[in-house]
Amino acid sequence: MDIVVCVKQVPDTTEVRIDPETNTLIRQGVPSIVNPFDKNAVEAALQLREKYGGKVTILSMGPLQSKEALKECLAMGADEAVLLSDRAFGGSDTLATSHALAAGLRKMGKVDIILCGKQAIDGDTAQVGPEIAEHLGITQVTYVSKINTVDEQVIRVEREHEEGYEVIEAQMPVLLTVVKSINEPRYPTVKGTMKANRKEIPVWTVDDVEVDRDALGLKGSPTQVRRIFTPERRVQGEMMQADTAREAAALLVKRLVEVKII
Amino acid sequence: MQFQLTEDQQMVQKLARDFAEKRLAPSVAERDEKEEFSRELFNEMGEMGLTSICFPEAYGGAAGDVLSYILAVEELSKVDDGIGITLSATVSLCAWPIYAYGTEEQKQKYLVPLVEGEKLGAFGLTEPNAGTDAAAQQTVAIADGDDYILNGSKVFITNGGEAETYVVFAMTDKSRGTRGITAFIVEKDMPGFTFGKKEHKMGIHTSLTNELVFQNVRLPKENMLGKVGEGFKIAMSTLDGGRIGVAAQALGIAQGALDHAIRYSKERVQFGKPIAHNQALAFMMADMATKIDAARLLVYRAAYLKDQGLPYSKEAAMAKLYASDIAMEVTTDAVQIFGGYGYSREYPVERLMRNAKITQIYEGTNQVQRMVISGSILK
Repeated sequence: MDIVVCVKQVPDTTEVRIDPETNTLIRQGVPSIVNPFDKNAVEAALQLREKYGGKVTILSMGPLQSKEALKECLAMGADEAVLLSDRAFGGSDTLATSHALAAGLRKMGKVDIILCGKQAIDGDTAQVGPEIAEHLGITQVTYVSKINTVDEQVIRVEREHEEGYEVIEAQMPVLLTVVKSINEPRYPTVKGTMKANRKEIPVWTVDDVEVDRDALGLKGSPTQVRRIFTPERRVQGEMMQADTAREAAALLVKRLVEVKII
Repeated sequence: MQFQLTEDQQMVQKLARDFAEKRLAPSVAERDEKEEFSRELFNEMGEMGLTSICFPEAYGGAAGDVLSYILAVEELSKVDDGIGITLSATVSLCAWPIYAYGTEEQKQKYLVPLVEGEKLGAFGLTEPNAGTDAAAQQTVAIADGDDYILNGSKVFITNGGEAETYVVFAMTDKSRGTRGITAFIVEKDMPGFTFGKKEHKMGIHTSLTNELVFQNVRLPKENMLGKVGEGFKIAMSTLDGGRIGVAAQALGIAQGALDHAIRYSKERVQFGKPIAHNQALAFMMADMATKIDAARLLVYRAAYLKDQGLPYSKEAAMAKLYASDIAMEVTTDAVQIFGGYGYSREYPVERLMRNAKITQIYEGTNQVQRMVISGSILK
């Protein structure tokens, strides 16, 4: 079984810093990590390999620094990793990114399962995975919380839902995006880490893949970020304690009169 | 001269740091309070390969270097140095002498499971009346046909009771003094081998310290480590390496305390400003950071020399002496910066201060380190 996991290197902070000129992420000086949901996707891929055999390849698009994230996935136990890196990819929004990743996936040839995290913790869009499936014309299942069975024709998964889960049977090949509850990502081992460190990570540029250049980078990005800001903090509500509902209502009315609401 | 860690070393460091923050940090205060050693956490470290870092692949190792292993001990110790010394005791004091002096059969039988983290190791040298004067061993091993019969006891043994494999020293010929000491590998379940009382210590509560008792323990000749009479040499060379581990533990404690002090001093407001804005405290932290950096360079140099196959006995003693002394100073200052809260068990710095003290004492008191250093420079 050939499994590809698409991962993203993201800044390890809740306060994402934005370049006010271009409205894009400032990566310098911010420690980077593998997007946590993508680690769940890697773990799911490794578990599939353990069960059904095959190969796990990691694919990412980003600056050369993203190799660090790929190494971490290799250290967890992935077999290969490929980085799509080129100035032409720079400034891509989710659509342009998904075009680039889909082009990378096409170049890889036969792929049975593509796994992605449900979304990245920096952009939180949850769009790239589904877009890749659309470009490739394959089935997609989002928010997968369990992979039940896989054979050459179909895959059966559970899809997380607010009030439970759906059991979905889908045609292979398939793209799945996974949620946190699907598994607990393993720690890389020391041996895996050292082996990963010695592994060549091929870098594919725009010339290495077949893709419409106009679909990439800022040019291929219909989304324009106008402004990014931290929303004003809401003041915490006031809690009132009373022994009975009647007393509570009286207190509440008194307070509302005080602040001139009624 | 380069002051840059290799990519391998940085990755091992990160691995240990992540593990310490995610797995050790949430429970360290509780395990300290309950004086609880967690075999489960040690086993997780074994599965990750933290026990395998500096051993060759032929014995299940990751073929990394001593410095990488030392970085791991430092990172673990920033959060939970009891676990740090657990690792150091099994790797430096048990696996290492078997690797350095063992026969191929002994390495396959005892070293591989230690390297793979399936078994835990310990080192038995100290006795009630043979501490710094290690040559005053009263534990005896008497030849009996093809076997040796072991009698005596050992105290303050890290990992004692939980470890499966012990490197134990005993007199085989009293008339020869230090040259009459021989090393043996003893297994936990050998008949006649029992454990005495668990020590209740000032600190390092998350590590286990126990008494070993040997009553007519029959050891096959194959369990002798090295040659007859080589024990003292094996013990001393093992401690040379062990000291780098203790130094790394002390370094981790000191760095952990400084990190807490920096964070707290930026948050704690008195007289309308964070206390870090007071120069008296800012300068205190500048001194703490400088001492820690000096210690770090000594510790890394000792590990580097060991990696290069160069003599490191004096440098390991310097690293252990300095790192443990500054760990005591830095943790005391960290408690001071926290003020009343520093003295409370609600905050981690009192634990670090209690734990720092032992690093000045074990694997050779700091007075012994000065004997080693002065002996080396005055010879």
